[in-house]
Amino acid sequence: MTISARRRPATLNLLIGICLIAWLLLAIFPFVWTLWGSFKVEGDFFSKAGWQNALSGPLTQLEYGASFTGAGYHGAWVKEEFWRAVLNSLVVVVCVVVVSLTFGTLGGYALSRSTYRYAFWLLIVALVFRAMPPITLVSGYLLPFYRLNLWGHLPTAIIVLVAINQPFTLWMLTAFFKNIPKDLDESARVDGCTQFQAFRHVIIPVMWPGVITTGLFSFLLAYNDFVVTAMLLSKQNQTMIPKIASFLGTTQTEGNVMFAVASVVSVTAPLFLLVMFFQRQIVSGLTAGAVKG
Amino acid sequence: MFHKTKSALFLVALLATGTANAQTNCGATTGRVNIVGNEFPAIRSVAAQAARCQTGSLTVRSNLTANHQRINLAGMQGNPAEYTSAIVATSSIVELINNNVLRPLDALVAAHGADIPRNQLITIDGRIMAVAFMANSQHLVYRKDILAQVGAEPPKTYEEMIRIGRTLRERGILRNPIGGAYQAGWNLAQEFVNMYIGHGGEFFRPGTPEVAINNAQGIAALNTMKALSELMNPDFLTHDSNATSAEWRAGNVAMMNMWGSRTGVLMQREGNQPQVADNTTVGAPMTVGGGRIPATTLWWDGWTVARNVSDEDARATFLALKHGTSHALLNAETMGQAVWMIAGYQPAPVNKGVMDTMAMGAKPYPMLPYMGLLHTALGDGIAPFLQGRKDAATTLADIEAAYRTAARERGFLR
Amino acid sequence: MRHAVFLRFFLPTALAMLTFIALPIVSVLVQSVYAPHERVVVEVENCTPFGCTKSTVIDQEATRKLQEERPLGRFVGGDIYADRSHLAFGEIGQAWRGAETWADFGRRVMTLPFYKALAFTLTYMLFVTPLSIMLGFCVALAVNALPRMLRGPTIFFSLLPMIVTPLVGALILFWMVDSRGIIGSAVQWLAGDDDLSLKASTPLTWIMLIVYGTWSTAPFAFVVYYAGLQTVPQDTLESAMLDGATRWHRIRYIVLPHLLPLTTFMFLIKIMDNFRVFEPIVSFNAGAHAQSLSYFIYSDLAGETRLLSSAAATSVLTVAGVLVLLSPVLVRTWRQFGKA
Repeated sequence: MTISARRRPATLNLLIGICLIAWLLLAIFPFVWTLWGSFKVEGDFFSKAGWQNALSGPLTQLEYGASFTGAGYHGAWVKEEFWRAVLNSLVVVVCVVVVSLTFGTLGGYALSRSTYRYAFWLLIVALVFRAMPPITLVSGYLLPFYRLNLWGHLPTAIIVLVAINQPFTLWMLTAFFKNIPKDLDESARVDGCTQFQAFRHVIIPVMWPGVITTGLFSFLLAYNDFVVTAMLLSKQNQTMIPKIASFLGTTQTEGNVMFAVASVVSVTAPLFLLVMFFQRQIVSGLTAGAVKG
Repeated sequence: MFHKTKSALFLVALLATGTANAQTNCGATTGRVNIVGNEFPAIRSVAAQAARCQTGSLTVRSNLTANHQRINLAGMQGNPAEYTSAIVATSSIVELINNNVLRPLDALVAAHGADIPRNQLITIDGRIMAVAFMANSQHLVYRKDILAQVGAEPPKTYEEMIRIGRTLRERGILRNPIGGAYQAGWNLAQEFVNMYIGHGGEFFRPGTPEVAINNAQGIAALNTMKALSELMNPDFLTHDSNATSAEWRAGNVAMMNMWGSRTGVLMQREGNQPQVADNTTVGAPMTVGGGRIPATTLWWDGWTVARNVSDEDARATFLALKHGTSHALLNAETMGQAVWMIAGYQPAPVNKGVMDTMAMGAKPYPMLPYMGLLHTALGDGIAPFLQGRKDAATTLADIEAAYRTAARERGFLR
Repeated sequence: MRHAVFLRFFLPTALAMLTFIALPIVSVLVQSVYAPHERVVVEVENCTPFGCTKSTVIDQEATRKLQEERPLGRFVGGDIYADRSHLAFGEIGQAWRGAETWADFGRRVMTLPFYKALAFTLTYMLFVTPLSIMLGFCVALAVNALPRMLRGPTIFFSLLPMIVTPLVGALILFWMVDSRGIIGSAVQWLAGDDDLSLKASTPLTWIMLIVYGTWSTAPFAFVVYYAGLQTVPQDTLESAMLDGATRWHRIRYIVLPHLLPLTTFMFLIKIMDNFRVFEPIVSFNAGAHAQSLSYFIYSDLAGETRLLSSAAATSVLTVAGVLVLLSPVLVRTWRQFGKA
């Protein structure tokens, strides 16, 4: 693409530039606005008097004598101990990604190497599984989980998230493994390796890019999950998103919306580093796989 | 805000030392207590106070979450039940009673609860099923400065409210002078329940699950709601109590029917414009259509004990929650958190609305096994009428049809 | 691969899915054809702090025996599927007999909750799926034309709509589209109408939900396409260029066909996700203007008295709907599978 980039006419470059800037504005604007507003009081950030208040912050001025305040951050992290939820989330996210990918690579590899028709039907069944609304599944878990004393623990939520995410992971990884030439592991088999040895010594070294891309989506699912974690985790094991939801209040009681806003802003920053770190792999990952879906 | 934070931290520290050092004598020494309930400051205080009963052999845990209604039933159906107690409200106790997971408290009250005031006991069919500890209701909230501008007294009826609202709009003082939590769903249904009761309607044929809202009172209730909604922000169907409060804080609204539990924060200077905070005043609930019973419902929050737990755990739970909602709960911090039904509670001016609601003989929210089904059907069915897409009679007929479908499924109707 | 070896590789994922998805699905299917036993209601007196009132309760003794004999409840077959809250066969028949014109019939059917929800769900899906995929593709093309240095940050910023939790993201957007919010005010100014409110009118609410859906799901298509673009064979592009193919021709005849399998995969996932649309409706408090099948499930399960059988039936109908919508893609995949 570098060659074609050099030959691109100026008008086209300009057009691409304008479109991209327009998209970036659309994508970033709500977040930048949130970042700015997280240092205001609720009455300013969510002003029903006029949107200009969110910029100037008259109520923030009135309450703190300055246009900015860290009260939301202080409230969330110190008073409400948001860090506990972050730690729980960290455990959940890391485990979900690792377990999902372990199960998914094994299963996806098998599906991609099987020539029998049942492999196709298994993929279709996985698709049917994915069509089931998660909220129905989760409501069904409650009673058995309470009876078996599984409710409320982190491992329970982790395995449920892994299971719910398996169909997507399988589809994506199967597509990826299909793009790794069969000759690779077949020649290993000829050299006397078992299928598992072939997988371990030949496939694992070349599969990382695709696995990391799939991992990104597992990560986002576990990180942003509300349905499963809100219903299946006890208070001590609460993760970020249910904690943020608890800041929002209920019909009959007022919440602390700015705590929620500050929490969201503060957990987005580390993700920037994560995406920067993995962006090469994301790209090269899909480069190798998923293309021949 | 910092001030509040500090005092809250202080309270947490106080509670922590309380649990660690000075063990309160609650009368129970062994057992397991696990409380499930909604999450807001008043209930947090109750759970923290109950936790003070903890000893080496008595564990007190709690799981307070906004999701409580979706997990409490499953959590009490096992044997032994995960939760030994659920903190419930007028409407949410019904599903637990329907499924027979609550333990009648008569024996425990006789043995350990002689000092609980009789009026706190919730009895159903002569058996004590819960102990109430706080009350709540919706009532009038108004801006005295704005009403003074047009020389109006605070409205006593919805008709007056509409009249004052029209005057405020005509004089150009406020464009949308009336507020209300009219979000389609639970909130909107709740407003219909209020208005229908105010018009003297009965939701069901007495003693049966046969719905009967498609009548003159039902139509009158819908028409009053429509007249009110015309004086509200055009987005009223998306406004829950949060959005309604936000409108109030911005000074866009002069009168609204609002939960007593939410008015305190509107009257504080902290987080509000002084003009709004200083002039927000709490009034009594309004009547409608010449009725004498106010168009509102009374709500209590109370605690229960699970059926499927050992007698020892039930006793421990009873004693811990009795302590959690005893006089010892009340201090400077907790006093303002709710309208407590606890001896020694002193109402603040902000609680006048709820006190007035009780004094005026308002009806409690109906505790019927099938009321939840009607509430859901109302929440889904009223919006088309307020949007002008259906007439009142068709709307009510459709709501009745939706209710009947649900009631047939649940086995209430054949 | 031999069956035994296959099984060993596939076992962990199969066990996870069987336990946590297949079993619940079976119980959902069973649930949808059983309903709770008939309840005997007796009149009693209830006393609360606010006085005593005549009320009713369920007669537990009368119900218990039935419950013990048949713990699943009473078998109702397809009744729940056919009732007014679902496929409403009876009401449809009535509308058919009572209607004078097609328009009248359509209007009557649209008052039934299931069909009203289906109308929104399908509209949403038909717009959001292609729009988000097209937007993602354009952004991917544009980002691909950037110098390498700028790509990393651009990718992150483009992912933001997907990263910020909808719980708070939607709260902020909900304020923004308010008539006093920044987007709402901008729209009023553009339309020159001070009374315009995006949240008060049904068509505008639908447009708002569709725009939000496109915005929040475009990043998924973007990441997948951007990566796909890296794999376009350079030599084919070069030789096409030498043959004098225009830029558009190269995209049309080389890039697009190359990305076709990816596009199929994304359509599959997106059609499924958009058919289950739920989050935007709740986040934007749009229940008065738009309902979806998933919204019904939520409302059945979140009410004070849960309707488990109704939620189960709606879930089964959702899965059936997804399968019908995906069947063309599945047939295609079936044919391809043989070739692979």
